[in-house]
Amino acid sequence: MTSLSKGAALVRQAVLAAGLILVAGSTWATAAEEAYEPAITKQLWSFAGPFGKFDKAQLQRGYKVYKEVCSNCHSMKFVSFRNLSQAGGPGFTEEQVKALAATVKVQDGPNDNGEMFERPGKASDRFPSPFANPEAAKAANNGAVPPDMSLLAKARSAEKSIYTWPINWLLQYQEYGPDYIYSLLNHYGPEDSKVCETGYYNTAYLGSRPCFAMPKPISDGQVTYDDGSKETVEQYSRDVSAFLMWAAEPKLEERKETGFKVIIFLIVFASLLYFTKRKIWANVAH
Amino acid sequence: MSGHSTYVPGTAFERWLEKRLPIISLVHDSFVSFPTPKNLNYFWTFGAILSAMLGWQILTGMVLAMHYAANDAVAFASVEHIMRDVNYGWLLRYGHANGASFFFIAVYIHIFRGLYFGSYKEPREVLWILGMIIFLLMMATGFMGYVLPWGQMSFWGATVITNLFSAIPLVGSSIVTWLWGGFSVGDPTLNRFFSLHYLLPFMIAGVVILHVWALHVVGQNNPAGIEPKSTEDTVPFTPYATSKDVFATVVFFVIFAWFIFYVPNYTGDPDNYIEANPLATPAHIEPEWYFLPFYAILRSIPDKLGGVLCMFGAIAVLFVLPWLDTSKVRSATYRPLYRQFFWILVIVSVGLGWLGAQPPEGGYVIASRLFTAYYFIHFLVILPLLGLIETPKPLPTSISEAVLAKNGHQPAHT
Ligand code: HEC
Ligand code: HEM
Repeated sequence: MTSLSKGAALVRQAVLAAGLILVAGSTWATAAEEAYEPAITKQLWSFAGPFGKFDKAQLQRGYKVYKEVCSNCHSMKFVSFRNLSQAGGPGFTEEQVKALAATVKVQDGPNDNGEMFERPGKASDRFPSPFANPEAAKAANNGAVPPDMSLLAKARSAEKSIYTWPINWLLQYQEYGPDYIYSLLNHYGPEDSKVCETGYYNTAYLGSRPCFAMPKPISDGQVTYDDGSKETVEQYSRDVSAFLMWAAEPKLEERKETGFKVIIFLIVFASLLYFTKRKIWANVAH
Repeated sequence: MSGHSTYVPGTAFERWLEKRLPIISLVHDSFVSFPTPKNLNYFWTFGAILSAMLGWQILTGMVLAMHYAANDAVAFASVEHIMRDVNYGWLLRYGHANGASFFFIAVYIHIFRGLYFGSYKEPREVLWILGMIIFLLMMATGFMGYVLPWGQMSFWGATVITNLFSAIPLVGSSIVTWLWGGFSVGDPTLNRFFSLHYLLPFMIAGVVILHVWALHVVGQNNPAGIEPKSTEDTVPFTPYATSKDVFATVVFFVIFAWFIFYVPNYTGDPDNYIEANPLATPAHIEPEWYFLPFYAILRSIPDKLGGVLCMFGAIAVLFVLPWLDTSKVRSATYRPLYRQFFWILVIVSVGLGWLGAQPPEGGYVIASRLFTAYYFIHFLVILPLLGLIETPKPLPTSISEAVLAKNGHQPAHT
C-alpha cells in the first residue's frame, strides 16, 4: 500500500465511525423527545399467519356490536348486506341476510312519476350511513367526522419500530389495524381525567397527544350475545376489531389459501429448474 | 455480437422470411447463440428478472385499467370495487402494487451490481446511460401510478412532489399550474397521470430494447471484469444463461408471492386507505420506500431550489459515472480500496433511505446532511482519486483462468 492509499483507508474508517455515531445519536435524541407513546398491544387473531381464517361466530358477534353501537356514528360505505353471506365472511345464510337488510329503510327512485320513495333494504344494498353528509357528521360529533369503517382496519399506522419492522414481513405481521382498534377501545382513561381540555383521554390513540373526539362508545353488558360469550368491553372490542378486519379485507381467506398453493407450486417448479440448470452446466467450469 | 449469423433457416418458409425480414436470425443471435461469459454469478440474472417484472406490471396494469376509473370522485371507490367485486381483483391490485416495489428491488440490485463490477466502464457507457434512462422512466411511472388509487398519500405525495417545480426561478409556479391543470392537484391531474402512467411503461419497453441492443454490441461484463479472449471463455446464451435466468426469476417470484399473498400491505402506507381529502393534511407525508433516499437528499438541503437540484444531481452523477471513475480496472474483486468504499456507499444509500422516512428534525437532519454530502463525495472526489492512488491486484489473463483460480483447481461444480 502506498501512503496515499493508507490515507484513503483512514478516511474510510473515519467516515464509517462518524456515520454510525450520528445514526445512534439521532435515534437516541428523538427517543428522548417523544414523551407520548400510544399503548398498542399485539393480540392473537384467528386470521393471522399463513393459514389464518376468520372465526365466523366472532364475526357475527362483531357485526352485532358494529350495528348496535358503532354504526350510530360511523358509516361503512363499501360493504353491502350481501357480503355478509359470502365465502370467507361471517357466514350468515342468505335468508338471514335478507332479513337483516329488510330492517333498514332505503331511499330509491325516481319511480315512474318522478318521485323518490322509501323501500325496505335488499341484500344488494350498501350498509346505510348514519349521517347524510360529512358536515352533518361533524356537527353531531363536536367538530370531528367519525371515519368511514370500510377500510379502518387497514388505515392506521403499521408498526415502524426500527427493531421489529424490518422483519415483520417474515413474521407476516399484518394485524396492526385490529390490534390498534382493540387497544383503543380498552384504553379509555377515567372520565373525570383532566389531561385533555377537549376530547377524551385515551392512552392508545395514535396521535401526538392521548386525546381524541370519540367518547367511550361501549361499556360492559351493552350488547346482548346469544352464544354465551362474555358481555364485556374486552370481548366486544375483540369481536368488533375482527369484524372490521373482515370488512376491510373480505378476500383475506381466499388470498391466503391461493397464496399457499401458488408458493408451493413455485417452490416445486424452482427445484425442477434448479436441477435442469445444474445438468446443463455440469460440464462447464464456471 | 456482430459478424456472421450462425442461424441456418430450416424450412422453406424460414428461408423466404429471412430474405425479407431477418427477424428469426435476429432473435437467434440475440438470445440463443449470443456468447455469454461463463463465469457470471446470480447478480447477472436481474436483467431477466427486470424484464419479467416489466411484463408482469404491463399485464396486471392492463387488466386493472379495465376496471379502474380515473376520476377524482370515483377513483378510490373503483379501486375498492376491484378489491371486493372483481374476480381475483385483489390479486391484480396487490400484484401490481407490490410489483412496483419488487421492480425497484430488482433495479437497485441491478444498479449496484453494475457499480461493484464496473459495468459502466468503457465500452459500456451508452449501455449504462440507457439503463439510467429506464430508471428515470420507472420513477416517473411509479410516482404517477401511486397517485391513481387517490388515497391521502396519493394526493399529498403528488402535491409535495409537483410543488418542487415551483422552486424553478421565474416560471416555477406557472409550470406547476400547468402540470396540475388547475390551481391544485385535482381531477385534471389524476387524468393526465393515468394517461402517462399507461404510456410510460411502453416507453420503458422501447428503451429496454435499445439497452439490450447496446448490450449485444459490446457484450456482457462479468465478475472478473475482463473481456472474453476466446470461445473457451464463453457459453451460448441458450441453454446456459436461459436456464439460470428462468430459475432465478422463479425464485424471485417465490419471495414476491410471499408479499402479495401474506403481507400485501407491508410496502404500502396505511394512510392510502383513507380517501384523498384536500382539507386534511396527513401528519407525515412520505413517498414510497423506493424514493426515500432521494427524498432524504431533497430535505437535507435547507433551500428549496438547492434541495431539488441535489435530488436530481444524485441521479445526474450516475449518468456521468463512466467519466468520474478513473480506474482502468473494472471489477471490485481486484480493487481492494474501491471494494470498501463500495460497501460504505451501500450503507450510506440504505441509511439515506431510512432517514427519508424519519421526521425532518433534530439529529435526523444532521445525519441526512452528512450522508448526502458523503454520497456526492463518493462520486465526485473519492472515485476520481481512487483510480489514481489505488494499486489493483493482478488481473487474471483470461476468464477461464479466473474460474480455475476461484474453484481452487477443483473439477467443475455448480
Ligand atoms: C358517538 C359517536 C361514535 C360512536 C358510537 C363510535 N365512534 Fe368511533 N369515532 C367517533 C368520532 C367522532 C371519531 C373521530 C375522532 C377523531 O378524529 O378525533 C371516531 C374515531 C374512531 C376511530 C379512529 C381513531 C383514529 O385513530 O383516528 C376508531 C378506530 C373508532 N372510532 C372505532 C369505533 C368503534 C369500534 C366503535 C363501536 C364500538 C365506535 N368507534 C363507535 C365517534 C363515534
Ligand atoms: C413500469 C411499470 C409499472 C409500474 C412501476 C407501475 C406502478 C404502479 C403503482 C406504484 C401503482 C399504485 C398501486 C397502489 O398502491 O394501488 C399503480 C397503479 C395502477 N397502475 Fe401501474 N405500474 C406500471 C405499469 C402499468 C401499466 C402498463 C398499466 C396499464 C396498462 C398500469 C395501470 C395501473 C392502474 C389502472 C393503477 C390503479 C389501480 C391501483 O391503484 O391498483 N400500470 N401502478
